[in-house]
Amino acid sequence: MNQPQTMSQKILASRAGLPYVEPGAIVEAELDMVLANDVSTPMAIRGFKEIGGERVFDPSRVVLVADHFTPNKDVGSALITKEMNEFASSNHLEHRFQGGRSGISHVLLAERGLILPGELAVGADSRMVTHGAMGAFATGVGASDLAAALVTGRGWFQVPSTTKVELGGEMGPWIGGMDIALALLRLLGPEGAHYQSLEFSGPLVPRLSMDARLTISNLMVESGAKAALFPVDQVTTDYLKDKAKRSWASVAPDPEAVYSKTVKLDVTGLEPQAARPHRPHDVAPARRAGYEPVDQVFIGSCAAARLEDLRVAAKILSGRQVHPRVRLMVIPPTPRIMLQAVREGLVETFLAAGGIMGPPSCGPCAGAQLGVLAAGEVAVATANRNYRGRMGHPSSRIYLAGPAVAAASAILGRVADPAEVLS
Amino acid sequence: MISGMAWVFGDHISSDAIIPARYLHQRDPHSWSKVVLGDLRPEFAGQVGFGDFIVAGRNFGCGSSREQAPLAIKNAGVGAVIAHSFSRMFYRNAFNMGLLVFTCPEAAARVHDGDRLRLDPYSGLIEDVEQDTSFQAKPVDPFLTDLVSQGGLIKKVRKQITGR
Repeated sequence: MNQPQTMSQKILASRAGLPYVEPGAIVEAELDMVLANDVSTPMAIRGFKEIGGERVFDPSRVVLVADHFTPNKDVGSALITKEMNEFASSNHLEHRFQGGRSGISHVLLAERGLILPGELAVGADSRMVTHGAMGAFATGVGASDLAAALVTGRGWFQVPSTTKVELGGEMGPWIGGMDIALALLRLLGPEGAHYQSLEFSGPLVPRLSMDARLTISNLMVESGAKAALFPVDQVTTDYLKDKAKRSWASVAPDPEAVYSKTVKLDVTGLEPQAARPHRPHDVAPARRAGYEPVDQVFIGSCAAARLEDLRVAAKILSGRQVHPRVRLMVIPPTPRIMLQAVREGLVETFLAAGGIMGPPSCGPCAGAQLGVLAAGEVAVATANRNYRGRMGHPSSRIYLAGPAVAAASAILGRVADPAEVLS
Repeated sequence: MISGMAWVFGDHISSDAIIPARYLHQRDPHSWSKVVLGDLRPEFAGQVGFGDFIVAGRNFGCGSSREQAPLAIKNAGVGAVIAHSFSRMFYRNAFNMGLLVFTCPEAAARVHDGDRLRLDPYSGLIEDVEQDTSFQAKPVDPFLTDLVSQGGLIKKVRKQITGR
């Protein structure tokens, strides 16, 4: 009889062609999907050529997304996009996203059903963990890994041990995926999931939407997680019904699977959260997070700006005005989300409140473009990193929060709980 | 044997601090080593000597998966990074790029900025010349040692694919 395994072990074992994999062992495994973006592709193409690669291993299992610098912000980034396009064309890639079809890779790949339950995927971007929401083992690698993966369709993995995360309780008003994610980061700290795979369970999970799950998995890399998997359930099946590009098979942990530890979070009574500068784990209730004036609010990124999040922000901004000092940047993460936001009147709400709409892209999240911060400026962002200098000048300061807190902060010009606006 | 001076950094030095995203659109790989760690220590990139060491605290290289981070450090001439612990992706990328990294909480706690160090990359023994003491780094998985001895992942896979 086989030894019991977690979801993560099962996926790695199946792709390595083994009945069982032991945590700590290094295995080589077949990849179901490989993602490259405009930060990692130039180095990966260089590596691809150095390896002597001629064609990618499978043109249907490679995705190229220009998201960090799109639309081309300068000549350097234009050259990167050009190189990506040439690579995509010469390799007959089925999935390339640029120009008006581009968006943030981790939001795009989920909405297009390109990474599925039980699959093993890598991307040269730390946010690959996002796709754990789908019940996939997805993890970030570097450009060399990417180059090797493009040629061979394989990668090396040290099998992580698994931490069980039990989510329970009742979500209060204005609580969403981002608040749960930040509360978890506070609980885990910067190294709480170091080299670990997280697997979520507990009575709250069936009540979490796919958008909320994607946000939670997305943030877990800040605690060092290698992957962050949700169970495959009805929410997953419903979400993928019209999206999945391939057939897929469900995967679940064995009842006797061994976990290195169990972490529990009860969300009952949890207030809207905010992470203070300069660490995503320095989390407090938004109403007490900080009293300094805010210069910019960014509602965007692959963390918490999906349709559900934009609806929450619009609900708070509707009929209200952004504080005169504040620049509100709203950047829907994909064209589909933006189109739906137009149809639902959300974009009108943002513009009427005094916000700026940006084209689907990473925007200012990584400090590359579209809302970079000046010296000493303070921002609230529905993003996932607030390390020093992340969104611009090294002396700028970033608070991370969900869309409700971001919208409330834009109105009041300081980090605020939505209840402070609505009362 | 690698010998050089220690440049001491703190905990949670992120990839954004090593090489900020605002430089990533520059396509010349050598441009990054000229600004590496500049937000924290502007003098580092200009003054670091060949074979010098970065000695850091917990979770070195946390944040993004950018391989530009270990590459910028390697191209700046750094002989090895010694830290209390490394972020998963920085650790992985370092071996893939052929940058030597060693986990050694004792050295991270006790080495002073400017100390002269000698490191045996095979045994992981770190000698602090100033303090006349030595520290033993954690052993490295043989798969990873093999990866570095083959010159990194690209060279290893090239050999597998083309036989040379």
